[in-house]
Amino acid sequence: MNTGLAKIAIKLLMSDRAKFFTLILGVTFAVFLILQMTSLFTGILTRSTSNVLNVGAQVWIMDPTVQSDRTIVPLPDYVLSAVRSMPGVAHAFPIYQGSGLVKLPNGAYQSVNIVGLDDDSLFGRPVIIEGNLYDIYSEDAFIVVKDAEYKKLGSPKIGATFEINDHRGVIVAIARPIIPGLFGNPTLYTTYTRAIQYLPTTRFTMSYVLVNLKDPSYLDSLKQEVTRIGYRALSQDEFVNMIKNYYMFKTGMGINILMMTLISFIVGTSIAGQTFYAFVLENLEKFGALKAIGATNGDLIKTIILQSSFVSFLGFGFGNLICSSYIAFAKMRIPNYAAIITHKDIFMTFIVVILITAFSSYLGIRRVIKIEPFDVFRG
Amino acid sequence: MGWILEASKLVKWFGEKSAKTFALRGVDLKVAYGEMLFIVGPSGSGKTTLLSVISGILRPNEGWVKIKDVEIWKLKSSDLAKFRLHNIGFVFQEYHLFPKLTALENVSIPLILKSIPWHEAQKKALASLEIVGLKDKIDLPPYKLSGGEQQRVAIARAIVSEPDILIFDEPTASLDGETGKNIISFVRHNILNDKRAIIVVTHDARIFRFADRILHMEDGLIKNEVNHAS
Repeated sequence: MNTGLAKIAIKLLMSDRAKFFTLILGVTFAVFLILQMTSLFTGILTRSTSNVLNVGAQVWIMDPTVQSDRTIVPLPDYVLSAVRSMPGVAHAFPIYQGSGLVKLPNGAYQSVNIVGLDDDSLFGRPVIIEGNLYDIYSEDAFIVVKDAEYKKLGSPKIGATFEINDHRGVIVAIARPIIPGLFGNPTLYTTYTRAIQYLPTTRFTMSYVLVNLKDPSYLDSLKQEVTRIGYRALSQDEFVNMIKNYYMFKTGMGINILMMTLISFIVGTSIAGQTFYAFVLENLEKFGALKAIGATNGDLIKTIILQSSFVSFLGFGFGNLICSSYIAFAKMRIPNYAAIITHKDIFMTFIVVILITAFSSYLGIRRVIKIEPFDVFRG
Repeated sequence: MGWILEASKLVKWFGEKSAKTFALRGVDLKVAYGEMLFIVGPSGSGKTTLLSVISGILRPNEGWVKIKDVEIWKLKSSDLAKFRLHNIGFVFQEYHLFPKLTALENVSIPLILKSIPWHEAQKKALASLEIVGLKDKIDLPPYKLSGGEQQRVAIARAIVSEPDILIFDEPTASLDGETGKNIISFVRHNILNDKRAIIVVTHDARIFRFADRILHMEDGLIKNEVNHAS
């Protein structure tokens, strides 16, 4: 497309300010809503995998019936011994993940996530910002994570005592915030042994066996060995994806977000498509005159695509800006707000914007191609 | 002097079978270089259809049209569009100027379609607006110009790419009598030259005296021809 025609196309578009701003507003609104929905979804999915990401083991051994980290099926102790003897395993540790009930000084109860770390290695330990990690071995010791949920425990200081499942607990250290969980509970770390003493368990107590490999190439053989003894081994990424798929496809969360995203798309496309179509209709006779003068369908199609692309990409930029500002502001005010904008979300929104552009262009192009220069003479 | 335009046995109908209506019933036409030809006749006589067929925007059902020895209806539609762009200038009855563009930008459009760089196009458009006497109004949009001035902008747009044939569709229909006469007089004396022809479709008898030749159409045929030049 020559630059002169591009200049004329943009000037024609921008000269009708009311329509131009309505067009941009339509796309911006759609981009804002879609990006907001998808980033919220991404944030929720990330939180749903926090139990895995916060620990950071290379391989997770679990019961084969496990569908997500919410359905823990405890493993017998022999699994740990068997895994330790498998080729390629550098280290294997047990971990306990469960929940407990803390009685607060005011008499209220607060549900908490409990992570029981392997007593010897403390594998999966948090980063301590106050106190000493090794105080975890002292009597009734717990480490509390200072995240958005910390206040729910009455913002306990080091030395604060509390009651957990009718046992005494003492805060011995405070840890840096980790990826928060999905259900808004505070997190307490303790040793594996204490966790299974304090919290009600089934006959078997290990939630998972965590493995670090000598070399990532051992992963396939480890999986086969673990399957042979009747269990399942997943890499961290595989476990994360399994959890995400569970929330996406088995909880209704995915379809609900998808529906809302679809509605945002329809609203945005309707506003942008209809306004752009009205803009083309208003200039239809002029386009006919241009055809008579000698403009080809190609010239006019390029003009329309340029105009709709210009509006769409401006709307895309504004939508991104407004959405990211909104999320940043919301996170300052509401620490629990889950939305995270990822490159994937931006790319998906960009694809949607291209669809809006294509739809708007298609409506205009269809009319412009059909107009006959003879109609201009006929009036 | 040779013929700039020749057309033979032009037939054009609209609709099919019982609804078929003939707009042209076998029209022969020749236009000479330097000639100002008027096509007149009552509504529905086929003037606009003839104008559209000979200018390459409405395909005839039968017959042929040659412009500078090129049989235009044998060209592919994209080539025909290019041919119009380079050889024919149009002044429409309702001007069809873009209301939000300035006079200068409106006049530049045919050059821009020819991929002439923006600044060069603006220079030529300015020269063209000078010819029609609107040098001081180049930055105004059409809605700030009078009807006669808008007509002049449309003329400037038609002549900017120096076409061989200029087509005027009812040029005085939207103007008062005096302005209409002035415009046609201006075209006759300033735009017409030996290298081009001007074809005008009109109802307006007050401007007939500016024509070299007048073809009177009725019922899709040329009924008579008046030659003022002779």
